[in-house]
Amino acid sequence: MFAKPVEPWPPTQRFGADHAPSGGFSAPNGNPNRQAVAATGGESVGLVWNEGLIRPTVVGVKSVAVALALGAIAVALGGSLWYWVRGSRGLGTPQQRTTYEVLHTAGLAARALRNGLTRESAARSAPALRALLAARATAITSTSALLAWDGAGVDDHAAAVLQASRQVASSGKALALGPGDLACADDVNCPLRSGVVVPLTSGGIVVGTLVALATSARAGMLRSAGEVARFASTQLELAELDNARARAAEAELRFLRAQISPHFVYNALTAIASFLRTDPDRARELLHDFADFIRYSFRSRGQFATVADELRAVDTYLELERARFGERLQVVLRVAPEVLAVAVPCLLIQPLVENAVRHGIERKEGVGHVTIVAEDGDQECVLSVEDDGVGMDPSAMREQLAGRRGDGVGLFNVDERLRQVFGADHGLTVETAVGAGTKVVVRVPKYRAGVRAS
Amino acid sequence: MSGGSIALIAVIVVTLITMVVGALGIRIARTPDDFLVAARAVPPLRNAAAISGEYLSAASFLGVAGLLLKDGLGMLWYPVGYAAGYLMLLLLVAAPLRRFGAYTIPDFAEGRLGAPRLRQVATIFVLVIGWFYLLPQLKGAGLTLQVLLGTPYWVGVAVLAVVVTSNIAAGGMKGVTFVQAVQYWIKLMAIATPAIVLIVVAGGLHRADLAKPAPPVFDTATTVKVQATVDFVVAEPVTVQAHGDVDHELVEGPLTLTTGAHRVASGAELVFPAGSAAPHAQGVRAQDGSSWVSPLVNAGHKGGHPLAATYSLIVATFLGTLGLPHILVRFYTNRNGRAARRTTVIVLGLLGVFYLFPAVFAVLARLRDPGLYLTGQTDSVVLVLPHALITSVWGEILGALVAAGAFAAFLSTSSGLLVSVAGAMAHDLLRGGVRTFRRCALLAGAIGLVAGLQVQRFDLNLLVGWCFAIAASTFCPLLVLGIWWRSLTWVGAIAGLLLGGVSSSVAIIMTMVGVGNSGWPSVLLGQPAIWTVPLAFVAMIIGSRLTPAQMPADLESKLLQLHLPEALRPVVPAAD
Repeated sequence: MFAKPVEPWPPTQRFGADHAPSGGFSAPNGNPNRQAVAATGGESVGLVWNEGLIRPTVVGVKSVAVALALGAIAVALGGSLWYWVRGSRGLGTPQQRTTYEVLHTAGLAARALRNGLTRESAARSAPALRALLAARATAITSTSALLAWDGAGVDDHAAAVLQASRQVASSGKALALGPGDLACADDVNCPLRSGVVVPLTSGGIVVGTLVALATSARAGMLRSAGEVARFASTQLELAELDNARARAAEAELRFLRAQISPHFVYNALTAIASFLRTDPDRARELLHDFADFIRYSFRSRGQFATVADELRAVDTYLELERARFGERLQVVLRVAPEVLAVAVPCLLIQPLVENAVRHGIERKEGVGHVTIVAEDGDQECVLSVEDDGVGMDPSAMREQLAGRRGDGVGLFNVDERLRQVFGADHGLTVETAVGAGTKVVVRVPKYRAGVRAS
Repeated sequence: MSGGSIALIAVIVVTLITMVVGALGIRIARTPDDFLVAARAVPPLRNAAAISGEYLSAASFLGVAGLLLKDGLGMLWYPVGYAAGYLMLLLLVAAPLRRFGAYTIPDFAEGRLGAPRLRQVATIFVLVIGWFYLLPQLKGAGLTLQVLLGTPYWVGVAVLAVVVTSNIAAGGMKGVTFVQAVQYWIKLMAIATPAIVLIVVAGGLHRADLAKPAPPVFDTATTVKVQATVDFVVAEPVTVQAHGDVDHELVEGPLTLTTGAHRVASGAELVFPAGSAAPHAQGVRAQDGSSWVSPLVNAGHKGGHPLAATYSLIVATFLGTLGLPHILVRFYTNRNGRAARRTTVIVLGLLGVFYLFPAVFAVLARLRDPGLYLTGQTDSVVLVLPHALITSVWGEILGALVAAGAFAAFLSTSSGLLVSVAGAMAHDLLRGGVRTFRRCALLAGAIGLVAGLQVQRFDLNLLVGWCFAIAASTFCPLLVLGIWWRSLTWVGAIAGLLLGGVSSSVAIIMTMVGVGNSGWPSVLLGQPAIWTVPLAFVAMIIGSRLTPAQMPADLESKLLQLHLPEALRPVVPAAD
């Protein structure tokens, strides 16, 4: 039975984030000297889930229970209806209500502006900003164009407002507008005879302006418009930060793209060369395998492949390694057909196998075994690659997984990509010790929104 | 009690095989040459057998025959609906869902509509449906051991719950397609062999026999053993040989049962003379032939509104299959949308073949062994009929075969359900790992056990039918609209799930506690799908129409994922 919880043998130490899904990485198969090393990224956050939340509830078949249930449903429905109709008005002192109203309105504007300054976000935040400023009309502009206008007077005043906002955008200084600036000096009945234009900034650069118009510019308007603009600017800056973070993650992922190791290319070509004279047919087959493998690793579309594809790539890879090692390399494969369709990052399994071959078999005398397992773990797919080679010092392995040592680029790369895609608790788990072989385990969720094999 | 011991051995063997194979599963090591074999998806026939194996539950194996015997041929709508549900699955859901790659219904809900809150609501209904569906499995196990060994009802319930829960908590029985596929063939053999033998031995039936105006009669002198104390009604006076406690008096020898109600205590035996009319238990309606052969549900009820009840049952079973949490998972094993469709077609065939046989048991029992009407344990007809009609050791052996098949049914279905329920709890509600999953499995099994002890008095198929009604009122609209209607929003989906789920659950709970026993209330509460399914659809549509802004931003790509066949997907270029 797989993944039986075994208490660690006395000499075995377990490392790693405490929250990592455990149970699958205790010392297996009488190999008590191994240490389990979970890759610990600095960003891992220990999460404590309250497992006591769900308690058994017994539905007794009693009319009392039903009456209670119906009553509870009725109360819940009625309560939510009341809350919905009454809203939150009428709760608290007048001061508390005012605070609530202001913060609530500001929150509405903030939510829209959090997506950056676009026509849509401007249109959605303008009414809230108008309410905050108690203005007759508000406008939001970019540095050159009108994005949204809330309130009356868009036909008569848009041109003048746009001109003023361009001025503010270039100077970066707030501007008070009088009737003369607003093209209604002749019309004493115009409700929008004065206003203010304040800059919206992000990262110190003016990205647009906020315009508030009223019948008469009160002294407070300019001040409060300045504060509101500062508040809006903060939101825009946060939006920019979000974008930057997403771009950084994407760039990192692109940088981390599946890589094939130069060692492998060199070794494979050398092996093929050695067959060229003695066994040209074999050499030809191997070259085909090599080409297939290179092609797979260069897939540019989508960064995900199915486990089935991955296993085929591993097969090709092993064909080439077998040309070098011959009978010294023994591979055992156990695959549950249920997980074949699971989408995983491209070139996830092959680097693990390569690691097993290089660190396990290459440096070992005699025959070495590599066991590749793909198991069905309920809503996860559990992949593991195990070798009976020379193993390594757990602390060295930890260095490797932290990216501080150069010779384990493959594992480090895989670990980073897994964490990027599936989150901090889905990194590699490695069990190893000197002379005790190595086992690398990966747990991949069977479904994750946005993760699809191409 | 040699029959019991043969059957017991058969049950134990099936249980052990299931557990061992489930635990070992893929332990069979493969050589590297098998790489390409290993990387090949499960072929549709095996996958179809696995789906059927997991699907054919206690309700199908025992319940269909029992309900047919008790309430008449109108109950054939249950098996028809169970099978036809796959037609709806085939037409509306199978291929798009496989293309989407969603592994569970909450996965689909979140992936398609992009709202974690919807995921939680969907998870709650996965739990409700899963637990509800566990109940008939547990009841089936309780009943089977009661009939075979004479143990109290709770023993069988506890045995099944403990075996399945501990097995899953220990890590066995996970998604083992091969095991479930074998289960189907075991079940088919276990029900087909006795059915065919019984037709040969006790056949020679005529259609006219079934439609006889009078209630069924004992055609030979028949001994009725009472295993649980029962109240029954005698239509015309009859003199029987009684051994045991009848009407609170110990009787040995002849006894005349007068017209009216009587009580027999457990352990008593009554021998009815040939030609006497079979009495029936309180709660089992005596039906004459013409009402028994009526093709409508509730045909025997006065004011049962048979047509409405029939349509409601059709709605529930045809649409409910879409929303069963443990079935969807199996489609994931298909290679692509096309394979998913082909698998579904084969499932329809496999289920169709299977459902031929329960009807054989029901018809034979009505004509040859109407003693079950007296004991009221109609759900046990498949288990007791071989023994009753074939007195030699072969009857015992056939009975053992049936018992083994029945246990295979309980094991496979309840394992699949428990894995789904525990998975939903561990991953969707608690976001935990393997250890959490184990704890959730134990908890889910314990809840199932406690609830399973409460449902002895309900027919297996009623329980399953209710489960289908809830699934049809919640996940059917979610899947159908989510796949075929672009304007669905998560707000609408939550509204529909809650309205459909709560209204159908409340209706069923009211029926369980006995509110609305006659007339329209009994139909609308007892078979609620006819109004709760449209209600859920309407709520989803209105809720979505009111919140068009909540449509997911990448709607187009999601619809493409669902509907674009794999063959038309852009080909991966050779290199960049």
